[in-house]
Amino acid sequence: MPDGKLCNKKTVDTLEQLHALLADKSGKQYYEEMNHLEVDDKALWATLQKTFKSRLKTWLGICSHCGLCADSCFYYLANDRDPTQVPSYKIQQTLGELIRRKGKVDNAFMQMCMDTAYSKCTCCTRCGVYCPFGIDTGIMFSYLRGLLFSQGFVPWEMKIGTGMHRIYRAQMDVTSEDWVETCEWMAEEYEEDWPGLKIPVDVENADIMYTVNAREPKHYPEDLAEAAILFHLAGENWMVPSEGWEETSLAMFAGDWAACKMQVESVYAAMERLKPKRMVVTECGHAYRATVIEGPYWAGIKTGQPPAPSIHYVEWVAEALRTGKLKIDPSKKIKEPVTYQDSCNYIRNAGLGDVAREIMSYIAEDFREMTPCREHNFCCGGGGGLNGIGRYRQQRNVGLKIKRDQILATGAKLVVSPCHNCWDAIRDMEEIYKIGIRWSFLKPLLLSMVEVPEHMKPIEQ
Amino acid sequence: MYDFVTGPLVWISFLTFFFGLIARAVWYVKGLNWQMDRVAYRPHMRHGIKGAARSIFFWLFPYGTRSWRQNPVFTFLVFIFHIGLLVTPVFLLGHNIMLKTSWGFSLPTLSETAADVLTFAVIVSALFLVLRRIALTEVRIITNAYDYLLVAIAVAPFVTGLLARYQVADYQFWLIVHILTGELLLIAIPLTKLSHFVLFFMTRAQLGMDYGIKRGGMKGKGLAW
Repeated sequence: MPDGKLCNKKTVDTLEQLHALLADKSGKQYYEEMNHLEVDDKALWATLQKTFKSRLKTWLGICSHCGLCADSCFYYLANDRDPTQVPSYKIQQTLGELIRRKGKVDNAFMQMCMDTAYSKCTCCTRCGVYCPFGIDTGIMFSYLRGLLFSQGFVPWEMKIGTGMHRIYRAQMDVTSEDWVETCEWMAEEYEEDWPGLKIPVDVENADIMYTVNAREPKHYPEDLAEAAILFHLAGENWMVPSEGWEETSLAMFAGDWAACKMQVESVYAAMERLKPKRMVVTECGHAYRATVIEGPYWAGIKTGQPPAPSIHYVEWVAEALRTGKLKIDPSKKIKEPVTYQDSCNYIRNAGLGDVAREIMSYIAEDFREMTPCREHNFCCGGGGGLNGIGRYRQQRNVGLKIKRDQILATGAKLVVSPCHNCWDAIRDMEEIYKIGIRWSFLKPLLLSMVEVPEHMKPIEQ
Repeated sequence: MYDFVTGPLVWISFLTFFFGLIARAVWYVKGLNWQMDRVAYRPHMRHGIKGAARSIFFWLFPYGTRSWRQNPVFTFLVFIFHIGLLVTPVFLLGHNIMLKTSWGFSLPTLSETAADVLTFAVIVSALFLVLRRIALTEVRIITNAYDYLLVAIAVAPFVTGLLARYQVADYQFWLIVHILTGELLLIAIPLTKLSHFVLFFMTRAQLGMDYGIKRGGMKGKGLAW
């Protein structure tokens, strides 16, 4: 049997397709159908010939098999130095073999590739920093994911995620109406405590266009309220767009490059429409990487820059603290030992390590670095979409051990984690390993310690 | 035989070496694609060059990067091996005498002792690198016959050079074998994985540009390799 009803090479572009996938509990039928999915080796080879060029070809070709990438990979370390977890081995067995066989591979091989690309690599790109030739296996696995997606070999949740982006321009079923209503609801909810608090929608020429992760309006609307309060306190001229408000990209994790383009173009269209001076992205790592770092390339913007200058939330916070827009009450600084989780997606892949330290210098009295940290930090264990894939839960949980030990070694019980994926991974880590830690985004911490000017305080009745 | 290996074969191997490496480098650059690599090379060339230079520079020095520092023994062996491989043939007295005879100029030369030490260093470090491949499971699993063959091709001119120099047996025989293995190495460099002779610089530069342009180089101080 070639294409299945749920598991096939087609993209998910209609609600009917999406609902059918969602109705298939845990992807049972989906994965069963995958066992019968045929590989279109001609199409696969044609894609390889068109896209497998200099950079990837040379990386695969000149790898000297020195093994220095082994220790750079948290999966290798977390799995008791299992040699099959060496990045070079993993990529040679999958993408390398695919090239050697000129795309003539079978279903079992493609499933092995999918399992490797998703449960043995989070595309954290740490190995590239440790390879003498600069071979970035994370990028190669991301490329492989694209090939797998085109052939229908993609984890069930990722297929759903791409469908969400294609249909809703968001990773979850949040429509523009839902989003605007949530903004209104949050502004009303907190207006009493914060007189004058507004969440302006679609205001042209604002200083800041704020964009989020769909999880925030869907599951954590208070995050949006906190962002609004902090912008309000900082006196920012800000707004959110009614459309093009979502920054994340499960499509990037899935390798659905066409959906990646659709998603970021919705944000860029908002920039063009509303002409903000700049955009601030919420506390999410991959969202920032997708829309600000990689997005311009998907959209074909030759400068590699989004239409408006765009910064991550940590950059805005550091700037607000530096310029005094936000002032921290010294008596309310974090007294206990606290550490910071460097998100691969905006620290290693966007160079924001210094900014994160600057923030910690304002808010913490006993800041403790993890070892290693900054660009050399290990993935939280949940990156690359792994947190959301049920099929690989066990592998993910094993991978969390490295971050767990890093956190424990600092002696801190509080982890600042301005990234949704890291935040989730650390939450799950506590649930699984029970190490007695707490974790937080920046927003609630800042709100608990920021000085509120008299005129902004609620009028006592 | 001697005339052939020291005549036309020398030309063939040197031409293959030089033009092969140039072709490798040109093909590499021609195959780069800003959109597929997701690096805006041209619009941010200045940041790109800075990133590329940093990416090459730190890796050219032993213990210059975190990765080198984390693997001190390997780093030592790799640098000794490569320094010997590059320095010995270029500055060897015997080679430069031939250069002077044919082309009328020569480069500074190594003393005989220095040349001997470097040659032994190449052979011994290669031996340890091979043992490392066998001993460490994480290296053994990715090693194949091709890797051993390349080590053999790289080291053969040094072994045969020593045999000829010390006239262990038939000097003329070992000299010819030495020249042949040297020529084989020159030809193999552009045609095999040994093309990292030039591609090391290309891939390092590319990743450096990636970091210099896209992954934070335009914001921070650049990646701490």
